[in-house]
Amino acid sequence: MSSQHSYCTFRVGSLSLGVEVHRVQEVIRAQKMTRIPGASPVVRGLMNLRGQIVTALDLRRRLNLQDSDNTDRLMNVVVRTADGPVSLLVNEIGDVLVVDKDQFEPPPETLQGITRELISGSYKLENRLLLVLNLDSALKLAA
Amino acid sequence: MFAGENRQRTKENSGKPLPDRAIKEPLQTFELQFRDSSKHRVPVFCERYSAVEMLDEIVKEFLVESYENLDQLDRDLMALEETPNDRDRLSSIFRTIHTIKGTSGFLAFPTLEHVTHVGENLLVKLRDGDLLLSEHITSGLLGMVDAVRSILSNIESSANEGGETYESLVQQLEALKSGTFLPPQQTAAPAKATSAASSEIQVEEVVEALSKPSQANASESSTNVEADQPAKAKVQPEVSQQQPDAETQPAQTSAADSAALPVKADPPAAARRKPAGKPSAESGESSGGTSIADSSVRIDVHLLDKLMNLVGELVLARNQILQFSQSIEDAGMAAASQRLNLITTELQEGVMKTRMQPIRNAWSKLPRVVRDLSISCGKMVQVQMEGAETELDKTILEAIKDPLTHIVRNSVDHGIEPADVRKAAGKPIEGTLWLRAYHEGGQVNIEISDDGGGISGERVRNKAVEKGLITPEAAASMSDREATQLILLPGFSTAEKVTNVSGRGVGMDVVKTNVEKIGGTLDIQSIPGQGTTLRIKIPLTLAIVPALVVTCETDRYCIPQVSLLELVRLEGERARTDIELMHSVPVYRLRGQLLPLVYLDEELALKPHRTDEERRSADVVNIVVLQAEDRQFGLVVDHINDTQEIVVKPLGQHIKGISTYAGSTIMGDGTVALILDVLGIAQQAHVLCEHTARQFIDANSNRSEHSRVGESWLIVDPKDGTRAAIPLSNVARLEEISTEAIEKTGRQQVVQYRGKIMPLISISEYGQVEPDENGAISLVVFHDGHRNVGVVVGQIVDIVNEADLTDNGPDEDDTRIIAGRVTRIVDLAQIAMNA
Repeated sequence: MSSQHSYCTFRVGSLSLGVEVHRVQEVIRAQKMTRIPGASPVVRGLMNLRGQIVTALDLRRRLNLQDSDNTDRLMNVVVRTADGPVSLLVNEIGDVLVVDKDQFEPPPETLQGITRELISGSYKLENRLLLVLNLDSALKLAA
Repeated sequence: MFAGENRQRTKENSGKPLPDRAIKEPLQTFELQFRDSSKHRVPVFCERYSAVEMLDEIVKEFLVESYENLDQLDRDLMALEETPNDRDRLSSIFRTIHTIKGTSGFLAFPTLEHVTHVGENLLVKLRDGDLLLSEHITSGLLGMVDAVRSILSNIESSANEGGETYESLVQQLEALKSGTFLPPQQTAAPAKATSAASSEIQVEEVVEALSKPSQANASESSTNVEADQPAKAKVQPEVSQQQPDAETQPAQTSAADSAALPVKADPPAAARRKPAGKPSAESGESSGGTSIADSSVRIDVHLLDKLMNLVGELVLARNQILQFSQSIEDAGMAAASQRLNLITTELQEGVMKTRMQPIRNAWSKLPRVVRDLSISCGKMVQVQMEGAETELDKTILEAIKDPLTHIVRNSVDHGIEPADVRKAAGKPIEGTLWLRAYHEGGQVNIEISDDGGGISGERVRNKAVEKGLITPEAAASMSDREATQLILLPGFSTAEKVTNVSGRGVGMDVVKTNVEKIGGTLDIQSIPGQGTTLRIKIPLTLAIVPALVVTCETDRYCIPQVSLLELVRLEGERARTDIELMHSVPVYRLRGQLLPLVYLDEELALKPHRTDEERRSADVVNIVVLQAEDRQFGLVVDHINDTQEIVVKPLGQHIKGISTYAGSTIMGDGTVALILDVLGIAQQAHVLCEHTARQFIDANSNRSEHSRVGESWLIVDPKDGTRAAIPLSNVARLEEISTEAIEKTGRQQVVQYRGKIMPLISISEYGQVEPDENGAISLVVFHDGHRNVGVVVGQIVDIVNEADLTDNGPDEDDTRIIAGRVTRIVDLAQIAMNA
């Protein structure tokens, strides 16, 4: 039992990513955003989540990926942080996968740059690699 | 067997919101010893078991209770200096120390127990009349209170008592007890010199206020919530018995109930109020007032915060419903949403009230500060308090504690002169420090004044020049009043010598920053030779504020109303001509003063900077005139929507660093809007950059100066065949009211204006108030420093600039030719005197 982990998976650009399911508060459809002039481009705006104001971060921009065409159809993965909930904008939501610890492998040395900081490793699934997002680094933006 | 019980307790506790500073020492083993705490002999348990949670809970309660008791002790000891023979008070002090000693023994804090034990022995002698209270004994006891406080804070932060053993204090207390105490040599001289002073220090206010255990016992982390009605119902009969004069009642109820009315709570009346919550050491022992104690509940402040947040949510939901209900035609829905509106408003007020605490809580330690300080300075100072019942939000109360202490220290150290100087100046030898608090217009005013030497404009100017804060030219052109404000600049200190109290050059600017941080303002008035008054104005609460909503590039932004001065809209030709460029920098002449303009869309980098051509070719320019520190500037926005009560929400970690925003809020339609930080924008736009001495705009000095260059005039037609012109700088507002709104008091016609009564007076010499065809009356609102006067002007014709005046007429003092007609120049101040 303890060797298994549940991951909430989603797609960002061409990457299949996952975060531990207990960090995810909820997954919601595209919301009305209020942009924040002057903020980092990664910060897409503020949204009203049932009376709570939540900052939305664009995960593609965070991972230095190209903006895709349908920027306003992005899904929100709302994660819990010590500072209150933060939303991560992703292209598509996948299933919650239960994976075995044995399938995990840290990233190869050839993975460099920003991705190396943000991806703590991968689970070798049958047909693809599930990249584990390092949530805490992903939420930390350079000032 | 105990471990099981503990787990049970832990489970129960886990649901409770605990203060953040819970002592975290996982799995520390702890020997719990029930020991002889004088009366209660309890068997000693020596069984070791892990009792972290239980310890947490007990220690926490002990800390909360003891902090409260210590504050009470400070006040009691001070009061005791006045009336050394007050047995009851001595007993109360004794009981408090005894409780702390007992509990510390029980919780195995040996140092604390030892210190309090020695203190208790001394108190026994005092209580039994074997010793008489002297200044040394009071100082010793106060020293003990300080020691206890520092041990407690050690316990709170690190779960142990700290290394200090307080040996010298213990010896001092022992010596005092046995009567062999000799004051140390250094302190002997000043103590002797000032002993007369210190024994005369009067803290009348405190004595009165605390002759009963007051309700000011709320601890650091909890607030006393009174069940308002029953408490009052019980208080009133008792008050009237003690003091038949019935006017004490309105004074106390109004302070609590009404924020809008200016209230000066009569201090003695307020002080006569019965205790609402009392130190647990005394409950059961004292008679009377217990029923009131029963009707109050102690609530964790975090719970209140949560309630406050929820009410904020409710306000937002209410706004949404209201907006929604307007779009549907349904009588039932409209009625229900109206009701929701009313209830929400009441609930909001109610919850806000629970967070309100009398300012006395922040003032209570000041008499002690003044006492210690005046002794060490060799001065005589008495403290007078007025309006100690004035209530404000607990968060704000906490935030002003330090600035208040600083100001008071400054007043005693710099303001009030030594006795000989005072005597020479013909003042009473004893200086007075007044603390005054009252509500005014939704804000709380706190005044700290002294009858000391005042601030010498000359000395301040010289000092500022010497320190390179301003240029000598700027200094020369400054009025004394402006110079006084210089002491708020960073790095300023006029103290001739640096003392351990003040004069290190950090100070008033920090005070100012702290006050501004909570949305307040700080103002200094000083009359050389007569004294200084510092006035702090702060909002009642921070969570819900009125704000102006503006639109910029399709997004809405909120501007807190406190920084808002006025709105200017330029249309058509004026939009093109009235924006002037000073080497590409846009400015607007607002009543003769150049107002730098900042374009919000450019500042937020939503648009590239406009070219000079573009600036001159706008069709409509909306200018929001804002105050940032001592500067005014105009923020140009696309649209001005309306004003709204908004619930301020803090910004998340990713946006916190951006200086242009102060927070965010949710609008009626559910979208998020950003709250602009006026100071931040001003700084970013370089409106505020260096400390220069631009003219402080002093409304008083401009009044009734007719012929200033560039003055604008309001031309009115009083409907009696004449024309009149009013200097626009005299006009606070233009209003139009209907005749039905006019009421009468005696022969005076009045209207209700912003919750106050405003007298009406006609500008026409044969003045009767005549409506126009539509039953409307045009008013010019004039503010003469403390009240508004409505001047009925018939019809408003135009606004002209000084430059437009044809100056070829008989240029007498009170008539001119303006726009081809003989026009009488009206001095509103003079007219208002007749109202």
